[in-house]
Amino acid sequence: MSLDTPIDQARHDQIIEEVLAAYPEKAAKKRRRHLTTAQAGEGDEAPSCGVKSNVKSIPGVMTIRGCAYAGSKGVVWGPVKDMVHISHGPVGCGHYSWSQRRNYYTGTTGVDSFVTMQVTSDFQERDIVFGGDKKLGTMIDEIYELFPLANGISVQSECPIGLIGDDIEAVGKAKTQETGKAVIPVRCEGFRGVSQSLGHHIANDAIRDHVLDKVEGSDFTPGPYDVTIIGDYNIGGDAWASRILLEEMGLRVISSWSGDATLKEMANAPKGKLNLIHCYRSMNYICRHMEETYNIPWMEYNFFGPSQIEASLRKIAAHFDAAIQEKAEAVIAKYRPMVDAINAKYKPRLEGKTVMLYVGGLRPRHVIGAYEDLGMEVVGTGYEFAHNDDYKRTGEYIKQGTLVYDDVTGYELEKFIEQVRPNLVGSGIKEKYAIQKMGVPFRQMHSWDYSGPYHGYDGYAIFARDMDLAINNPVWSRMTAPWKAA
Amino acid sequence: MAKPRQIAFYGKGGIGKSTTSQNTLAALVELEQQILIVGCDPKADSTRLILNTKLQDTVLHLAAEAGSVEDLDVEDVVKIGYQGIRCAESGGPEPGVGCAGRGVITAINFLEENGAYDDVDYVSYDVLGDVVCGGFAMPIRENKAQEIYIVMSGEMMALYAANNIAKGILKYAHSGGVRLGGLICNERKTDRELDLAEELAKKLGTTLTHFVPRDNIVQRAELRRQTVIQYAPDSQQANEYRQLAQKIHNNSGKGVVPTPVTMDELEDMLLDFGIMKTEEQELAEAARLEAAANA
Repeated sequence: MSLDTPIDQARHDQIIEEVLAAYPEKAAKKRRRHLTTAQAGEGDEAPSCGVKSNVKSIPGVMTIRGCAYAGSKGVVWGPVKDMVHISHGPVGCGHYSWSQRRNYYTGTTGVDSFVTMQVTSDFQERDIVFGGDKKLGTMIDEIYELFPLANGISVQSECPIGLIGDDIEAVGKAKTQETGKAVIPVRCEGFRGVSQSLGHHIANDAIRDHVLDKVEGSDFTPGPYDVTIIGDYNIGGDAWASRILLEEMGLRVISSWSGDATLKEMANAPKGKLNLIHCYRSMNYICRHMEETYNIPWMEYNFFGPSQIEASLRKIAAHFDAAIQEKAEAVIAKYRPMVDAINAKYKPRLEGKTVMLYVGGLRPRHVIGAYEDLGMEVVGTGYEFAHNDDYKRTGEYIKQGTLVYDDVTGYELEKFIEQVRPNLVGSGIKEKYAIQKMGVPFRQMHSWDYSGPYHGYDGYAIFARDMDLAINNPVWSRMTAPWKAA
Repeated sequence: MAKPRQIAFYGKGGIGKSTTSQNTLAALVELEQQILIVGCDPKADSTRLILNTKLQDTVLHLAAEAGSVEDLDVEDVVKIGYQGIRCAESGGPEPGVGCAGRGVITAINFLEENGAYDDVDYVSYDVLGDVVCGGFAMPIRENKAQEIYIVMSGEMMALYAANNIAKGILKYAHSGGVRLGGLICNERKTDRELDLAEELAKKLGTTLTHFVPRDNIVQRAELRRQTVIQYAPDSQQANEYRQLAQKIHNNSGKGVVPTPVTMDELEDMLLDFGIMKTEEQELAEAARLEAAANA
C-alpha cells in the first residue's frame, strides 16, 4: 500500500515449501492449505489471501489457540465490570486465565467492579459425581451477599459442566427470579469448537438471549447521535482512547462492549442509531442480530494509526449529518500536528523496518496501517482463529507476496522468522521469549506488552514509542553470534 | 494370600444381576471362599440380600459428607454380611444429575488403594445395566475383573444387551486381559429360551454357564431381604445357585475373548428360532387373518 519496495513473493513461496518439507505427507497436505502468499488482485482489486481456516488443528503440533471458555470468559464476558463471572468447574481454568487481558475499567474492585477478581466454583470429585447445581446456587447467594453491588453474574462453563450435564440454565433462571439480578448461563465448555472463536459466538448468543430485552437499560432519552462501540475490550485503555474521538465528533456513546462496560449499559445498545464494531471476529454475531431485530446498521472501523483513523472517522461521519461530518474533519485537523510530531520523531528511526505478525482475529490486519504510517512494512501476518471472512478482509491491507499463515504451528512460525528475518515480530507471550532469543525484537500484540492504549491518536503515540523501544533497543547491538565470539 | 480372583456380573437392567450374583456368592461361601462384593450402581442395591438390609453408608455418600474419599477409612464402607461376606457399595448421585460413572471409578480406586481387596479370595462387581460410559467399564479394565458373567434371558432386549456387553469386553480384552466367563440365563419362560441362550453363547464364542430356572421362592426370599441360600437352604433353587457357584469356581482362567455379532446376525438368529417373523411371514399371516375375517 504505502511502500514501493516489492515483497519477494517467489522467496516467500519457497520458504513455505521448505517449511512443509519437514512434515509427514498427510500433515503437509493439511497444512499447505493454511499457508500462502498474498496473490495479486485482478486489475484494481486488492490482493487476495484465501487460506483454509477455522478448522481443527493437527494433533501433535504446537498450536497457539485457546478454547471456547477462553473466548467467552476471557474475551467477551470477562471485561463486563459490574458482574461477577464465575469460572464454573475445576479451579485451573479460572486461575490460569486470571486477569490476562488487561481490560481496564473505572470503579472500585471488590465493591462495584470485579474484572480482576477470580471467582470459581472449584469443582471437586464429589461435585462431578453428584452434580454441581446446588453448589452453584449456594455460590450465587454467597456472591450477592459478599458483593451487594454486583449487578449480575455470568456462569462460564468449563468442560466438566457439559460432560456431566449440569442444568445451569435452570439454576440461572431460578436465581434470576429469586434475586431480581441477571444470572446468565454460558455454555462455553472448552471442548466445543476448534478454537476460542466458538466461545465468542456462544458468548454473543448469551448476550442476545439474556441481556438484550431482558435486562433493563439506563433511563435516558435516545438521541440522533447515539452509537454503541462493540468489540473493544479496553486493553490498556483502548476503548477510552477511541471513545473520546467519537465524542469529539459529536456522537454520544451510549454503550461500550465489553471493555469497561456495565450490564445496564450493554442493555442500552438496542436504543442506538449505529453499532460501531472494532473486533469483527468476536462480536459480529450480535451486530447482525441487532441489525435483524432492531434494524440498527453496523459498520467496521479501525482506529490503529492516523491513516485508518481518518478514514474511519469519515466513514462513521457519513452515517450522520453535515454537522457531524464537519466536526469529524475538525477532529482530524486538530490531531494532525500531533501525528506530524509523532511521525517526525519516530519515522526516521523506523522507516523501512519489516514486521511479522501473528495475533488473534483482528489485529493481524488492523494494525498494518499503523506500521505503514511509521514507514514500516508488514511482510508476514496470520490469525489464530480467523474465519474465511477475515482473510477476505485482509487483502486490502496487505501487499502482494506477503506471507500469510493460518493457525500457524510453533515450528512454522519459528522457521518463517528464521528465513524472513524481520526487524520486529508482534505476537503473544508464548512466542515472545523464544523469538527474542533468536535475536529478533518483539512486541506482544495481545496485551500491548503491558503498555497501551494503541487505539486512537493517543494510542498511536504510544504505539510508535513502543515499536521504537523494541527495535532500536541497544541490547540488540550487544549480541554476538557464537561463531563470531572467538 | 494370593491375589483375589475378580469377577463381574453385567446384563440388561432388571434382568436379575443383583439377585443372581448375591445368591451365587452366598453359595460360593460354602466352598470356603472369602468374598468381597463391590456394588457399582448408584441405587446401591447389590448387597441388600447379603446384609439383610439396604446399605446406607456408600463410599460416595460418606465421601461427600466427609469432604473427599481421602477422608474415609475402608472400615467405614465395608460391611460384613451373611457368612462373613464383605460388602461395599459405590453409591452415586440421584438419577439425572452428576456423573455416576466417575463415581464408580472413584469408589473402586478407593477400595483398591485402601486394602479392601486384601485377604479375600473373590472380588465380585455388580454393575448397573449397560456399559453406558467409561465409568461403568471400570471393572473390565486392566487388573480388574478377569471374567465377566453376563446375566441374560430369552428376551430380545436382553440378548441385544448381552451382545453389547460382549463388545465392551472385546474392546478391553487385548489391553487388559479381561475375558468373558460365560452366560447365565435367568429364565423368563420365553419361547425356546434354553436353545436361544445356548445359540447366543455359541455365537459369542463362550458357553452357557448355567440356566437358572424360574422359581418364586427367589421372590419370597427377596421380600425378606435374603438369598435363597439363607432363606431356604434345602430348596431346589438353592441347589441351582450352588451348581452355578461351583461352575464359576471351576471356570477360573477359562474365560474367552468374545466374538460379538452384528445386529443383522442377531436378528437372523431370532428369525431362525422363529421368534421374529420375516416380512413374508408377516404378510402371509396378515393375508390369512384377512381371509379368515372375510369368511
